[in-house]
Amino acid sequence: MTVTDPARVDLPVSTRRDRAAVRSPWRQPLAIVGAALVVLWVLVALLAPLLAPHGPLDQLAPKLQAPSGEYLFGTDELGRDVFSRVVYGSRISLPLACLLVVLATVLGAVVGTIAGFFGGWVDSILMRLADLVFAFPGIILAMAVAAALGPQLRNAVLAVVVVSWPSYARLVRGLVLSARNSEYVAASRLLGSSALRTMLVDLRPNIAGPVLVMAALDVGNAVLLLSGLSFLGLGAQPPAAEWGAMVAAGAANFDRWWIGLFPGLAILTVVLAFNFVGDTLRDALDPRTARAIRD
Amino acid sequence: MLRFLARRIGAAALLCVGITLVSFILTQLVPGDPAAANLGQRAIADPAAVDAFRSKYGLDKPLPVQYLTYLGNVLRGNLGESQQSHRAVAQDLAEYVPATIELALFAIVLSLLVGVAFGVLAAITRDRWPDQVLRVVSLGGVSMPTFWVALVAFYLLFFKFGLLPGGGRLDPGMNAPPHVTGFYTVDAALAGQWDVCSSAALHLVLPSLVLAVYTVGMLMRFTRASMLEILGNDYVRAARAKGLPERVVIVRHVLRPALVAIITVAGVAFGSLLSGAVLVENIFSWPGLGQYAYRSAVNLDLPAIMGVSVVVAAVYIVMNLLVDLLYGVIDPRIRLT
Repeated sequence: MTVTDPARVDLPVSTRRDRAAVRSPWRQPLAIVGAALVVLWVLVALLAPLLAPHGPLDQLAPKLQAPSGEYLFGTDELGRDVFSRVVYGSRISLPLACLLVVLATVLGAVVGTIAGFFGGWVDSILMRLADLVFAFPGIILAMAVAAALGPQLRNAVLAVVVVSWPSYARLVRGLVLSARNSEYVAASRLLGSSALRTMLVDLRPNIAGPVLVMAALDVGNAVLLLSGLSFLGLGAQPPAAEWGAMVAAGAANFDRWWIGLFPGLAILTVVLAFNFVGDTLRDALDPRTARAIRD
Repeated sequence: MLRFLARRIGAAALLCVGITLVSFILTQLVPGDPAAANLGQRAIADPAAVDAFRSKYGLDKPLPVQYLTYLGNVLRGNLGESQQSHRAVAQDLAEYVPATIELALFAIVLSLLVGVAFGVLAAITRDRWPDQVLRVVSLGGVSMPTFWVALVAFYLLFFKFGLLPGGGRLDPGMNAPPHVTGFYTVDAALAGQWDVCSSAALHLVLPSLVLAVYTVGMLMRFTRASMLEILGNDYVRAARAKGLPERVVIVRHVLRPALVAIITVAGVAFGSLLSGAVLVENIFSWPGLGQYAYRSAVNLDLPAIMGVSVVVAAVYIVMNLLVDLLYGVIDPRIRLT
């Protein structure tokens, strides 16, 4: 028996332009800028102790100093070095955003697969639950959940997960529904695969792509939501060097522009980076826009 | 059409009931004892006072009964009494809601005008420089933390250069116009107080500009995508082939069908404006739902939190219902379903 690469079997005959449309993301300047920014921020987070001249909580400097050669981003109301705090802030925002996107993806994927695969009342119940979450504007529900659980960074992460999983569940359910009736799933079932095996072995690879794009796009949103909760005082608690909380401190001293400006710029660049990458990926992989690209 | 209407309204009503359930369950998660949070140190040591508090707020009954009582009250427009202000939550909200809705409506009109126009421009100049620039602009818009934009705009436009009024809904010392709709601009115009009306409008500019930053980016991206999708259709080629001017093709044959999709997103955009309001109102000392929500959450004021989330979600659902009904007007095919 000749072994053919299974990935190649049902590829449609593609034109040269098709392939260019799929390959192009890494040639587009936006994606490159985005990826470079992501790498840069990851490096900053990893090397924070080397980059920051002071500890994030050190109250050494004179208070409320404007940016200068010594204090690049100035100092805040307690005399802490804003530059060092922004650098250390990446160690809070980046890992937590990734963690909560992973949690939301896994939760949403499990719920969506179960709903799509079994259908019937299981599907109805799970999807009505998702509808309920969608009925709230994101941060309103996140705020209520975070307030109910108590103002803590960990609870803010949970709150954002609670708000985020339904979009993954809907996406995965739709993908499972359209894949469920395909011949390869029928073949697999006929060969005696269990429901679980079919889901994990046959369905998962066909669902992973779109879900990953959604997750990539979602990291930016996660950073925004999480820092928003911290800004409201429902996430990171003082004295933690969290960007949203730092902007809140800037709002309390709004005439000293540097306290709020730089942590906000940090949030902006991180979110922008993930959105650049995610947006390019979506353009390349989404069949609807891909059609528009091809014509 | 009637059945379509009835089904949509029924679904929306069910969602509203679901929302009360969600906010009720949430308040049951609160680790703190509301009695402990609201009675002083001395009173908490007195079992009689605690019992009195519990029975006053119905906290001694089984949960399903508590929920049904709550639901019945909500349906009668009674959202309970705020444990902070000791006033009816509904009364508090009636004061704060119009301020936020006025702000959000102002912002959504602004975002639709700017977002759709830029989106169309991006679509018809696809892959050329205006499209590339607009792409960065729109991604920038959805990437900016709203609360930070608010801070920067407040600093630059109010504090530094004094171009726009900073906080509040009216100039200091100005009295609110007689209450009709709760929208100061409308109420002042109705009363013929033009100075108040212009002051109210000016105060709206800065916060609604800030709120619109995100939704403009979102609507721009979406308009572009749905325009491009439709541009690929054969009937667009046919329209061009028969020599219609490009302007007519774009507006009648492409933008009009694209509007169906855009309107859907406008519903979502309204939700993100309400979310944004929570983050922005604090900075502009805008006396709306956002400020109220934040204050209640921090103080674990259960009835107030429940009231706010129920009202915001209900406003959001009604908005999306209106959007659904607008479909029927824009796309006649939908009436058949």
